Amino acid sequence: MQRVAEMMLERAKALLADGTVNRVVGWEMGEFFYDLTPAVFTADGLDKFVYNGFSGANLSKYMIKECAKDGKALVFLKPCDTYSFNQLINEHRVDREKVYIIGVECRGMIDIRKIRDMGIKGVTAIREEGEELIIDTIYGEKKCARKDALLEKCLCCKGQEFVVYDELLTTGEAFTVGGNNRFAKVAELEAMTPGERFAFWRNELSKCIRCNACRNVCPACSCLQCVFDNPKSGIASKANADDFEENMFHIIRAFHVAGRCTDCGECSRVCPQGIPLHLLNRKFIKDVNEFYGEFQAGADNTTKYPLTNFTKEDVEPSIVTNRGGEN
Amino acid sequence: MQVNEKKGEFKPTIVAFCCNWCSYAGADLAGTSRLSYPANVKIIRVPCSCRVNPMFILRAFQRGADGVILCGCHPGDCHYSTGNYYARRRMTMLFSMLDYLGIDRKRTRVEWVSAAEGTKFAAVMNDFAQTITELGENVKLGDLRCKE
Amino acid sequence: MQRIGVFVCWCGSNIAATVDVAAVAEAMKNEPGVVYTTDYQYMCSEGGQSRIKQAIKDYNLTGIVVCSCSPRMHEATFRKTAVAAGLNPYMVEIANIREHCSWIHKDKEEATEKAVILARTAVAKLMLNAPLTSGTSPVIKRALVIGGGIAGIQTALDIADAGYEVDIVEKRPTIGGRMAQLDKTFPTLDCAACILTPKMVDAASNEKITLYTYSEVESVKGFVGNFSAKIRKKARFVDATKCTGCAVCTEKCPSRKAKNEFNMGLNNRGAIYIPFAQAIPNVATIDPEYCIHAKTGKCGICQKNCSAGAIDFDQKDEIIEREYGAIVMATGFQPIKLDNFEEFGYAQYPDVVTSLEFERLMNAAGPTKGTLLRPSDLSHPKTLVFVQCVGSRCSADAKDGKPYCSKICCMYTAKHAMLVREKYPDTDVHVFYIDVRTPGKNFDEFQRRAVEQYGVDYIKGMVGKVTKKGDKLMVQGSDLLNNEQITIAADMVILATAIEPDPSAKQIASLLTASIDTNNWMTEAHAKLRPVESPTAGVFLSGVCQGPKDVPETVAQASAAASKVIGLLSKDHMVTNPCVAQSNELLCNGCTTCEKVCPYGAIEYKDKPIVGPGVPRGTIRRVAEVNPAICQGCGACTVACPSGAMDLKGFTNRQIMAEVDAICK
Repeated sequence: MQRVAEMMLERAKALLADGTVNRVVGWEMGEFFYDLTPAVFTADGLDKFVYNGFSGANLSKYMIKECAKDGKALVFLKPCDTYSFNQLINEHRVDREKVYIIGVECRGMIDIRKIRDMGIKGVTAIREEGEELIIDTIYGEKKCARKDALLEKCLCCKGQEFVVYDELLTTGEAFTVGGNNRFAKVAELEAMTPGERFAFWRNELSKCIRCNACRNVCPACSCLQCVFDNPKSGIASKANADDFEENMFHIIRAFHVAGRCTDCGECSRVCPQGIPLHLLNRKFIKDVNEFYGEFQAGADNTTKYPLTNFTKEDVEPSIVTNRGGEN
Repeated sequence: MQVNEKKGEFKPTIVAFCCNWCSYAGADLAGTSRLSYPANVKIIRVPCSCRVNPMFILRAFQRGADGVILCGCHPGDCHYSTGNYYARRRMTMLFSMLDYLGIDRKRTRVEWVSAAEGTKFAAVMNDFAQTITELGENVKLGDLRCKE
Repeated sequence: MQRIGVFVCWCGSNIAATVDVAAVAEAMKNEPGVVYTTDYQYMCSEGGQSRIKQAIKDYNLTGIVVCSCSPRMHEATFRKTAVAAGLNPYMVEIANIREHCSWIHKDKEEATEKAVILARTAVAKLMLNAPLTSGTSPVIKRALVIGGGIAGIQTALDIADAGYEVDIVEKRPTIGGRMAQLDKTFPTLDCAACILTPKMVDAASNEKITLYTYSEVESVKGFVGNFSAKIRKKARFVDATKCTGCAVCTEKCPSRKAKNEFNMGLNNRGAIYIPFAQAIPNVATIDPEYCIHAKTGKCGICQKNCSAGAIDFDQKDEIIEREYGAIVMATGFQPIKLDNFEEFGYAQYPDVVTSLEFERLMNAAGPTKGTLLRPSDLSHPKTLVFVQCVGSRCSADAKDGKPYCSKICCMYTAKHAMLVREKYPDTDVHVFYIDVRTPGKNFDEFQRRAVEQYGVDYIKGMVGKVTKKGDKLMVQGSDLLNNEQITIAADMVILATAIEPDPSAKQIASLLTASIDTNNWMTEAHAKLRPVESPTAGVFLSGVCQGPKDVPETVAQASAAASKVIGLLSKDHMVTNPCVAQSNELLCNGCTTCEKVCPYGAIEYKDKPIVGPGVPRGTIRRVAEVNPAICQGCGACTVACPSGAMDLKGFTNRQIMAEVDAICK
């Protein structure tokens, strides 16, 4: 990882120097070492540039804003991030000409919450040693397997393919990441009784504080003004008028991004309440795959997304209402 | 939800979105043919089934509807040629999501009713109203976030 | 703030017997925005309407709700009433308390309660109504017909006859199309050329018609009434104004490798050629692929022999740009390729031919000058086997066949069988068929004549295999009626080949944003009620491009399409439906999702200056724009749009939600 980070910095300096780009979009250290945040750098600020196991943030969406500025920007995209960028190209939200994309190797990003959940507190630094994480804490050094601390999205990694880029930075070293079935949890929920599912979601969605972090980070949520913020839409509300508002918000948000969501997992990663929001999106993805054929948003620039497409032989909505089991 | 106090029985509130060209005309034909269905079914006229936003359906539940049904032209017969194909996909996805959230999947339905199918319209509404009456009052949709 | 009047109709006893109309009127008094309510026996009557008009004036009403029969019945009536009293017609809402209430409920209390809710719902919607006005757009009084077969010619002649300019674009060097290749036409057996060529001449000599042959439509922009098309007039390398059609060049041309398309490749033609004697325009065309001069710069024999000096090796393609009010698709069909139907041996044996090839073999202007000779050894065939449904009516998942019935094959096979028996009474003619389909005037009689008078042997069953034995074709098939497998030693086998849309149709359809079905036939605006219109306004369908048809049907549809075009061109302006989608530019993020679901191609993306609160000056954004002349108001885009930028006038998101709220109150 360290090697890739050095290569990135080198390329960033070179591309700034030869005038290919006039700024760099990457990650910088936040308040805590695990709290990396997206940032725009110029040549003299590059010393703050960081790429490590906490560079989970998908930088694609930030390019919407960058494309409105003058000149070309360099952005580093991990393999999964390139799907989001490609989808934004499909939606004309970014200008491919104004972005120089370097695809960077990714071995999976670390979820600090998982480390905390292991009971490891007072973390001051984390080093990677092969497949292990060495965790310095104020109580001394701890260890854990790297794969036990990865973000959910990395456990279900899409692979190391970059669907859009100008150049690639990879070390060539062999490694594996992911391998989990991303629909396992969805299938588990589907197998529950409706009552159990209801209880599950009621428990999860009741945590929502409507901070809108999921929406703000989502590359598919690129509306200029969200319907839920628009007083003229008839559904906006400053404070929740009733308990239904969150349901409506999350269902409608999932519906609006259905067929466009690349499953980048940012919604769950940023949720301060730890709501597994990606399970809503993955349900739609699973349904699309089952009902209308395999589809990966952002994989190419030609396929119509499922909700803007149809076949005459599509399944009827009764496939849902007539499902077996209790109601 | 309205409870008819005089009779003491549960009278569900049912919203039926009907496309102007087929199903609304089918409902008219049911009327012309004097085919009865429960009075708690209320029809909203839309130009096409593809005009129905999932938001309208959630809104109905939010405001106390016990069942929502969408009726459109039969696939292949859409006045706008393809509208109901889009509606079919959208509703399949929405209904599947509601089911996934553990919400009674029988509270939502899509039926294709042509302008000639007054009988079918009445039969569908009778059946749907009965289903909803059996399900009882819609609690869950308004209740997903209630803290215990 | 709206000032709403609510008018509750008794409809005699139709409503009043089950709904307490006075109670409904009374209940509406308490609804927000309502300033006046009344009930009356017949609102649609003169008396009822004048009450409405009077109330609009007396109470300064801004909108009215009429609780009455279905809006499908009297919405138009009450809109006119509103207009007569100075209101906008779209400030009228109807609560359907007859078909949806009084006629289906018996309990008066229950029906009244429902009527109140329906009225309340209409009021809630009306509160959010805004006056809507129809737009107009000018109509360019010129039509473009794509395809110069019998369909295109008929459509053009009819349009020209009504006094409008019309251009025919034909990709081949001559008009005439498939019909020009036919020998005789069923069920009357007139010679195709005798009835077609006069029409071709009419089209060429009509001063309102311009022919662009050897030309293709390259791009189309615009919308109904206002199309602009680019037509590529391909270089013929012959000056059409000088060429006299003497055909000396075509005889002298030393290149003889090109297949003669007009004769279905049964013989060859020169690199410079005139497709057939009655071609229009009767002008030679050089096929650069085979022209020795085009390839090597040498030869030039045609040039030396042309007394008119018409040969022009330097001729270039020409691009013509014209504007049209209407476009007619008349792109026709072709027989499908039979290479993969190995069981019939079409690719291996020259004496296995398609029906269209057979037409040429029977035709006096064909490669055998009308004498029936089989291609392999030019001998007279004595036993002929016709096979119907080759490639038609295949199962939907068949790789090479078509799922549909090609419709014309039963009749032309009967025609062929009959003509052969008439000309050569010593021949045996067998026809393998699955069903014989002969609906049409004098069609069944015709087919029966083939059997009863001409002794054609119809065998119910399909051919399994055609093999060669000596100079005979051994046709193995099943005779289902006698339940036996039979083998016929034939001299020729004629395959009634399925037809498919001309391959150009798909590409032209996409230029026009007109839709095609899974078999590439053009889709109608409505399969039953608008069969000659495409869903794309201003685009009309003529002939086989919409689906298999015989000549009379093609001509009928061609004239129907022409009458629709004439109806459109007779207008100076089009009045557009005001209930169309509209994009809010301040909210539109330019994602193009709406564009993808619009069945009419009514949405376009444009860079526009955006002015609004919080928008920096000079902001230019790529946003959706709905063309109200094209939009039909289905609303598919409104749901596709996640930001709510797209809304449908007359059925806005807020209006429908207000209705939902009113019902669920």
